[in-house]
Amino acid sequence: MTESIPQTAEQETIGTKEDKEARAAQEAAGVEQTGVSGRAAPRPEYAGTDFANPLRDPRDRRLPRIAGPSGLVIFGVTGDLSRKKLMPAVYDLANRGLLPPGFSLVGFARRDWEDQDFAQVVHDAVREHARTPFREEVWQQLAEGMRFIPGDFDDDTAFKQLRSAVEELDASRGTSGNYAFYLSVPPKFFPKVVQQLKKHKLADAQEGSWRRAVIEKPFGHDLDSACELNAIVHDVFDPEQVFRIDHYLGKETVQNILALRFANQMFEPIWNRSYVDHVQITMAEDIGIGGRAGYYDGIGAARDVIQNHLLQLMALTAMEEPAAFDAASLLTEKLKVLRAVRLPEDLGRHTVRGQYAAAWQGGTKVRGYLEEEGIDQASSTDTYAAIKLQVDNRRWAGVPFYLRTGKRLGRRVTEIAVVFQRAPHSPFDSTATEELGSNAIVIRVQPDEGMTVRFGSKVPGTSMEIRDVTMDFAYGESFTESSPEAYERLILDVLLGDANLFPRHQEVEESWKILDPIEQYWATHGRPAQYVSGSWGPAEADEMLARDGRSWRRP
Amino acid sequence: MKIDLTDTTASKINKALVQGRRAIGTPAVGMVLTMVIVTDEENAYDAIKAAEEASHEHPSRTLVVIKRHARTPRDRTQSRLDAEVRVGADAGTGETVILRTYGEVSDHADSVVLPLLLPDAPVVVWWPMEAPEVPSKDPLGALAQRRITDLYAVENPLEMLESRVRSYAPGDTDLAWTRLTPWRSMLAAALDQARAKVISAAVEAEAENPAAELLARWLEARLHVRVDRVVTAGPVVTAVRLGTENGEIVIDRPEGPLATLTLPGQPSRTLALKVRATSELIAEELRRLDADEMYAIALNGEATEETPAHV
Repeated sequence: MTESIPQTAEQETIGTKEDKEARAAQEAAGVEQTGVSGRAAPRPEYAGTDFANPLRDPRDRRLPRIAGPSGLVIFGVTGDLSRKKLMPAVYDLANRGLLPPGFSLVGFARRDWEDQDFAQVVHDAVREHARTPFREEVWQQLAEGMRFIPGDFDDDTAFKQLRSAVEELDASRGTSGNYAFYLSVPPKFFPKVVQQLKKHKLADAQEGSWRRAVIEKPFGHDLDSACELNAIVHDVFDPEQVFRIDHYLGKETVQNILALRFANQMFEPIWNRSYVDHVQITMAEDIGIGGRAGYYDGIGAARDVIQNHLLQLMALTAMEEPAAFDAASLLTEKLKVLRAVRLPEDLGRHTVRGQYAAAWQGGTKVRGYLEEEGIDQASSTDTYAAIKLQVDNRRWAGVPFYLRTGKRLGRRVTEIAVVFQRAPHSPFDSTATEELGSNAIVIRVQPDEGMTVRFGSKVPGTSMEIRDVTMDFAYGESFTESSPEAYERLILDVLLGDANLFPRHQEVEESWKILDPIEQYWATHGRPAQYVSGSWGPAEADEMLARDGRSWRRP
Repeated sequence: MKIDLTDTTASKINKALVQGRRAIGTPAVGMVLTMVIVTDEENAYDAIKAAEEASHEHPSRTLVVIKRHARTPRDRTQSRLDAEVRVGADAGTGETVILRTYGEVSDHADSVVLPLLLPDAPVVVWWPMEAPEVPSKDPLGALAQRRITDLYAVENPLEMLESRVRSYAPGDTDLAWTRLTPWRSMLAAALDQARAKVISAAVEAEAENPAAELLARWLEARLHVRVDRVVTAGPVVTAVRLGTENGEIVIDRPEGPLATLTLPGQPSRTLALKVRATSELIAEELRRLDADEMYAIALNGEATEETPAHV
């Protein structure tokens, strides 16, 4: 599905036929091409002048998309995310030959390390967490470009050092001034770090090069704080050069939603209110809050998960066909859906929040949320949230979207279930179809990525009896080892400047507009319901669906 | 599990496949292609091993066709088909059927293979050793979308290369070409950075290396310059030099997996460029099943009649 993404310098300057057609179609459709929101994806800047690399050709499909000359600067490099995900992803990319020769990795953290110590930390992280086998020669290629800058975020000398390190790498490794700054730090440090980058002129790209910022969730805790955060970052970086990581969007199955819907003929005709009864989007975790009390308390499941991941999944499931597979068209369609979302009038009856209670879960005794270390006994933070949303457009009018997420649920699973209406008429008598449920298409996002189709089938035997059966498509089965980690894909896209899989600030703001009224209602009405750890959420959530004559799937 | 069938037919083999699948409890599997390997007894083991490793990325039904030669003239007239059906853990992520043909049926192996192909899924034929003169006209080759040969495995690779040029049909590909992908992608990336017109070029490699010849031809076709072939001690391709107005771009790999990249006006850096295992080559081959146009261009080298790529 990435075929239409411009891949090489040559394609960049000249554009493939499809590209031009797509662009023409987009213009014909009146898609706004100007302004921050509608501009086309930033293109790799090494295509800036008229040099067309004769060794690249759109027909040459073996040559992979290699990022142009560039480097990655990670702030908060000692953190968990950095060690478990980012560093291994960088190595895996190098191992697959997708990083440019001379790619450089700069770590920034408050540690008294030399470059070698940093290299050792990366080495250990890669050894432990990388997906592809460890190869000494790849490691050597990477290790030559590793630098470490010790220091605090308000330490001017450290940023001066960073600046000279970046300049030194440009000279010694040919990174050509192209840098992505990955802010793997708590959001309260964002203003500090971006201000420092600005002050030390690290955010200013020279003509023909780029500087990008990569940020992780949370993108604020309500609309106001999100706007404020965006303003701070956009003050320093061009909005198009800010990449917000939602690692779910890097997952193969999520990208496959669009392929499934728009590359096939058999699903799209029934993907609407005439056939679909309702949609359930679930993200369940079996773990508790662990040591993250400080971050989690006061935030809760809805802000942590629904605002970003679930609303993004919903937007991809519900959106209309984009004019082209590029960042601008995707943004247009996703925004349209998010703007069409309507909240239920009675939030008390159609939203539920809960807190996990002490119980036996999967064979171990676990504590309740209120007994977790660092959590106030009176805390009303939700660890479970379920909401009902309507999408007010011709395709979806009257079809509810149920979104739920929670910690300490039955098992770790993320899925999108499109549940269809019953057959309008059945020639079989009621006893024959007694065990028959509704048809469903389930997109399994994780674990066990793939898709399930559920339909009725005759039970072998002499009597006519129809029962639900499932048909599975598993990524693990059909395309086993080529499935890369989400972070690999996303880091590569940042270096290539391809923004398809990154939510833009408008989407973040729209999502908060959906969630804010619910959070405000919760803040003033009642308390979270308690649910047994290891179950599928509070009884209230089941009642919420029962009121509509439906029930939750067991994922 | 493994089922041995002697003096059998394709329909009995099909039954055994269903029976094997039922027995291990996976009635439906997501296999994406059928891979036919035509080889001799001597090379069968390595080829099957590579195919099974590649099947982790591309679950497939693997059909191995092995021609056996009977010892006595009397036996030679007798036609017989033996099969070994492997499903489950014995066959990577798919199914493997090893077909041994004796006598006349050896000349009609396609009649055995055809009923065993997966419905609708693409077919790939791989000749790990000697391939037919015209792969696309071979009865087995004609069944396939993609025909994989290997110039490394033949006696006179450069002569054979000429024959491949003459017999090329869309869908043909060669592992000597596959082996070049890392080189080609690094050269393209180097040129992305150097951003200069190439005015001279040289490929340094061991003598009689078909990959080096293909690389040189590809460079000739794309850069429109004469490419010098320099013979070195090897192994395989040791260096590529592209001369530009600003200086020379060099990727130098004297030995081992580490290469050095030198760009004009920039310090040299290390690159990982290792020789890949056959299973990795096969996995790359199976990623794309449409015609490899760039291979055709490389085969023809400068003689390529280029339709401009940038329409």
